[in-house]
Formats: sequence, C-alpha cells, structure tokens
Amino acid sequence: MLYKVRAEISLKPGHSDPEGETTTRSLKELTYPVRNIGVSKMYTITLEAKSRSDAETKVDEMCKRLLANPTKDNYTIQVEQTQ
Amino acid sequence: MKREEIRIFILRVGGTNCDEETKRAFRDSRMDAEVGHFNQLVKEKNLLDYDALVIPGGFSHGDYVRAGAIWAKQIMAKLGKEVKTFVDEERPILGICNGFQVLIEAGLLPQFDGISNFPEAALGANIPAGYNCRWIHLTNESNGRCVFTRRIRKGSIIRIPIAHSEGRFMFSKECERKYLERLLDNDQLVFRYCQHDGKYPDGRYPSNPNGSFYDIAGICDPSGTILGLMPHPERAYYGWQLPDWTKNDKIPAFGDGRIIFESVAEYLTKKF
Repeated sequence: MLYKVRAEISLKPGHSDPEGETTTRSLKELTYPVRNIGVSKMYTITLEAKSRSDAETKVDEMCKRLLANPTKDNYTIQVEQTQ
Repeated sequence: MKREEIRIFILRVGGTNCDEETKRAFRDSRMDAEVGHFNQLVKEKNLLDYDALVIPGGFSHGDYVRAGAIWAKQIMAKLGKEVKTFVDEERPILGICNGFQVLIEAGLLPQFDGISNFPEAALGANIPAGYNCRWIHLTNESNGRCVFTRRIRKGSIIRIPIAHSEGRFMFSKECERKYLERLLDNDQLVFRYCQHDGKYPDGRYPSNPNGSFYDIAGICDPSGTILGLMPHPERAYYGWQLPDWTKNDKIPAFGDGRIIFESVAEYLTKKF
C-alpha cells in the first residue's frame, strides 16, 4: 500500500528558535498582537508500507535516525492512506 | 611510523570549506595529507589506507535537515564498516565545526556506550542568535586522553577563531548532569570557551559565543582519538593568521592551532 505520512519536527520547549523570534518581531512591527511564534518543519513522505502501523513505525524510525535530533526536537506523525 | 609516512584524508562534499587550509596545516607539520570527495573515498579509495581522517568545516549538503545530519548518515550508511574498524584501531578522526556537527549526528561523539544509532547530543542554534565569526579563547580541559591536545598543558589558554551559527553544545535537559559527569569521568571534555584571563563565562556572551552548555567547545570519544570542536585550528596555524599580527613588533611564527596538528602527529608516530 502507498501511504502519505506527515512528520512535523519542532523544537522542544525552551530551545532557541531564532527564526521564530525574528518572525515574531516582524509581525509585531506590522502591528499584529503576536506573542510568540514557533517554527517547525513538515516533511510529507510518500512510502510503501504493509499497513498503516507499518508506515507509522517506518517514519518514526526515520525521525529518530535523521529527521529529528531527540536531544532538542519533538516530532509528531500523521498517516494518510493514498491507495 | 615516521611523520612523512602518516597519511591523512580530508573529506569534502558540496558545501565544505577550509579543506585546503587543513591540508596545508598537516603538510607543514610534515604529514602527507590529501583532500578528496566523499564519493571518491567510497568508490575509488580505501579509508583503511589512511592513518587519520578529517571532516572539515562548512555547510555540508546545504545544512539541510540539520547542520551535519545528511552527511553523517551518508558516511555511516556507505562507510560504516570501515569507520568502525578505523575507530576500533584508534586511528584519529578530527571534526572541525561542521565536522563536529557531523560526528555528533553520526553518533561517533560522545559515544558513551559505543557508536550510537541516534545522536546523543546536539549543536543547536546560537544564543544569542546569529552567525559568529571571530577569535575566541579556549582552555584545554583534557587530562591527557585526547590525542589532539597531548602537547597542550591542562588549563592552558589558546586562541582560535570560530565561524558558525549552530554551535550551542547541549545534552537533553533530563540527561544534562548525568552526561556531563560521564564526560568528566571519562576525560572526554577537551575545550571550554573562556575569557582572555581563563575564567569561565558560565554561558555568558561574548566569551561563550553560542550559549553552549558548560561552555563546551570541544569533546572527544572515550578512547581520546576522535575530537570534535567548533573552533577552526587550521585558521590559527600561522602567526600571520592572527588578528593582531600587524600590532606586534615581532610576528610569531605560529598560531595556537598548530599544536593540535603537532599533537596528533606525535600520537601517530608513537602508536603506529
């Protein structure tokens, strides 16, 4: 089966997020009442897997091995079946 | 082994830098150094024909995903077996700046329980945010385990430049104290950022340029043969590279970075 999986990688709370801080400042300058912005990265992965849980397991491993650094990143995984 | 017989391989891929400066530093310390593309090492050469490996600075593979992450996984996927043998035989590996990030992401540092499949530490975005390219001071913290600093007296202050925006060394919050103790117990802490008088800045900018935990600038593995550091020793090899050389009446022949190359030369000549 072909699955589309979204893996969102975000910084753990308390970690420096210069892009988020700079974007917050810029939006404040545009007079929006923004308190804080956290920037995350979304990977949309299309992969072959035996089942939904197999797809999730595979992407979980990808996150642990490459897409996220467990020292500073959190991640969430959402699976969609495409075929 | 004579110095002239020591063979150093300096890896490069798209985005790396200072490979030629590093080659010149090794050659001027009378070792045989060459620069080669990673694919060349995989397809045409044998890592085990070399006595030491250098992963230089830069922005390998565009720093995509995270600084050093892509190259680290590529190295372990394509050369993992050779790297493991290299490490087991205690042949030195030096990771400078982006090379340090690669060693962390590859699980080759800190290696508390052998080579790790997952990074055990991280080099995160600087605090304060931004790219810092300037000279900083470091103290040598090694008690003698690290083969790259054996000729530097413990506690000595050396001056070497940094150039990075992601150099904030950190462990996960929940393991921070435990891992620091392991670094200290194993003599794996090699360099800490310091003020010009040697005092530790306790995380404070500008002496600590990136907010690194415990002012950490460089660590080694438990064997002492793998060193990763954010500063660039190859940019401090000669006296004429120093920032204040025009102010002094007499220009020193060498900068503080040279002793790192000399130390590893001494290790290799004695060990092999």
